[in-house]
Amino acid sequence: MTANEVRLCGLLLREHFGEVVEKVGTHLLKNGPETLRTIIHETGMPLDQVKKSLCVLMQQGACTFCSGRKGPGSPAEYCANGDRILRILRYPRYIYTAKTLYGDTGELIIEELLQRGHLTMSETVKTVADRLTQNMEEGRSMDYSEVSSSFSKLVETHFLQRCPPVGVEKKASSSDNPAPPVTNPESAESFPDCYKVPHVTLIGRGKRPLVTEDGEEQRNAKKRKLDAQAHGDEGIYWQVNFERFHLHFRDQTIISAVANKLDQTSSEIVRTMLRMSEVTTAPLAPSTKPLSANEIFRSLPSSYSIQRQILDQYLSLLVDDPMEFVGKAGESGGGMFVVNLHRALANLARATLESVVQERFGSRSARIFRLLLRTRHLEQKQVEDFAMIPAKEAKEMLYTLVSENLVQLQEVPKTPDYAPSRTFYLYTVNQLPTARMLLQNCYKSVGNLIERRLFETKESKRLLEKSQRIEAILASLQASGAEPEQLTEVEEMITAAEKQQLSALRLHVNKLDSAENQVDETIFLLESYIFSTSLTG
Amino acid sequence: MAGKGRGVAAFTFNIEALGISRGSMPETRVGPSPLFPHTDFKPVPLKDGEDDNYMLALKQEMRGIMQQRPHNIKPLNNKVERYTERYLKKLKVEDEEWTPDWNLFPKELMPQKKKTHSKTDDGTTENSDDEKEKKKENEEEELEEEEVDEEDIEEENDYIESYFDNGEDFAADSDDNMDGEATY
Repeated sequence: MTANEVRLCGLLLREHFGEVVEKVGTHLLKNGPETLRTIIHETGMPLDQVKKSLCVLMQQGACTFCSGRKGPGSPAEYCANGDRILRILRYPRYIYTAKTLYGDTGELIIEELLQRGHLTMSETVKTVADRLTQNMEEGRSMDYSEVSSSFSKLVETHFLQRCPPVGVEKKASSSDNPAPPVTNPESAESFPDCYKVPHVTLIGRGKRPLVTEDGEEQRNAKKRKLDAQAHGDEGIYWQVNFERFHLHFRDQTIISAVANKLDQTSSEIVRTMLRMSEVTTAPLAPSTKPLSANEIFRSLPSSYSIQRQILDQYLSLLVDDPMEFVGKAGESGGGMFVVNLHRALANLARATLESVVQERFGSRSARIFRLLLRTRHLEQKQVEDFAMIPAKEAKEMLYTLVSENLVQLQEVPKTPDYAPSRTFYLYTVNQLPTARMLLQNCYKSVGNLIERRLFETKESKRLLEKSQRIEAILASLQASGAEPEQLTEVEEMITAAEKQQLSALRLHVNKLDSAENQVDETIFLLESYIFSTSLTG
Repeated sequence: MAGKGRGVAAFTFNIEALGISRGSMPETRVGPSPLFPHTDFKPVPLKDGEDDNYMLALKQEMRGIMQQRPHNIKPLNNKVERYTERYLKKLKVEDEEWTPDWNLFPKELMPQKKKTHSKTDDGTTENSDDEKEKKKENEEEELEEEEVDEEDIEEENDYIESYFDNGEDFAADSDDNMDGEATY
């Protein structure tokens, strides 16, 4: 991991799990796999805290352990998974996607699983049903069976998967699948039962928490009693399948790119093609399986009312488009078409690079950048001529791009002594390394955004605490049925100036937060592009 | 032979050939660039759609909830409770306890219950199966009847208790609860 990534991981851990976990997490990220003893020795932290932090990290899937790497019987080594920690940044998007696909129930299921790392199906269903009931009108409640059918749907579509068996033998699932003592953590996919929903006996409805004073205790007591019941799925834990979500994001990105580039109808055609090949195409394939125009025509939802000829025209338009989202694989069956998944990612990443240059250095620099992307190598003179920019300005732009590492300089000597007068100086843009650099910049920007947000909140910590306190007092007063005058009196404890300050702070924090979300979209695109090239290259 | 012209400011070739004339040389740089450089181009505004706002709300809610969960471990401090925290604390009651499924994690991470217990488990990774089984049963028993089982005077939750013990017993215990393999 690079320093930027480690820093961002640390910040994310601190925000979500506290400083103690951050310390252990970053220590593991920096130093690689370590045993418990080494961690304690090197961090100088109390044993119990380190143990608890490791449990938290493992519960969240951010850390794995393997034993016996240095021969049988050697102590377990803990290894942090940095990529998994960076996923925290994308949590809102996963939850939102689940909401758009499976409604509120899906949203809450994913949210619970993300918050707690992994859960059994029965625990998830119960918590989600309780939460849904809480938001319903008085007297109504959510049936467990409804939630568990949503859960099964999420599993069927592979958005959820079972946690892979851990190095320790599991008691619960051992009957048909005696987990071998694995030395390395396996990927979830290699586990055969990964998408099998266990038989769960769950009857009942969501419960509303009691609002009385001692409600909390009662609820806890009840919870403990409920937990004692067996549902037949103990020991089978579920986690969110991030890869599946990423495939969905990728498809959505391609669809919306087509909609922006061409029009809504063509994006619907691409959407249909992607949906048809969702099951048949391997997750990491460079393109979808070929589909004939006839098949596509039959699968188009009738509501679009696209004629057969028009579909053919649209398809040939899509094939001719320079973004190469759709390619032609053959002539049979009225033409065979594929969606070029990896090409599309590469082209979208290129467009991202171009727009970054354009927004940071202006459209004329972007012209130079695009020129170099398309023509590979150019001499300085050629750059000036082809970009049609006055020599002096072109030079300045070019040098700025070189100093920002967006453009590389390649020397081609005519003689072995590299004499400048007998050397060609060629300017070039390498898309992949540039994308990598940009990705690192993105990690750095998110780190900076979080740092800034923490700074902003720290600056007005006193004010925030005050407003929180007043809200708490107001709530308790309202609960005890206080006079309205009393309430306004408490409310006035925050002055107008303070109110203004608070709303300004809220505005800043919101801006920084949504900037984080939106930088993550770029991060996703660049990560997928880099990952896809690593598969083909 | 090769020393000719070395260290001499003049170039041995005509720099015009590179397309650099006297007037067109960019300014030389002095020192590192500033920390917050002047930007010629202002950033584009953030997207402000319905879904972006919803995701923003989700993000902030998530952060808030995660900070209240027991997963969020607070650093040890023996400070006196401040008045300012009295009302904030009310928010944090939601499921204070969290017991991980110890079947999934290495046994060495379990919080120590008693000294006698930890004495018996000398090797964490080389346990035989039946020993493990036994231990699991032990755990379950302990989880259920921890109040009865506890020999110390702690109130109810030994988890918290061991969590606050400052790690003083770490030095003394480390040989027992660790793998016991290396003695330095």
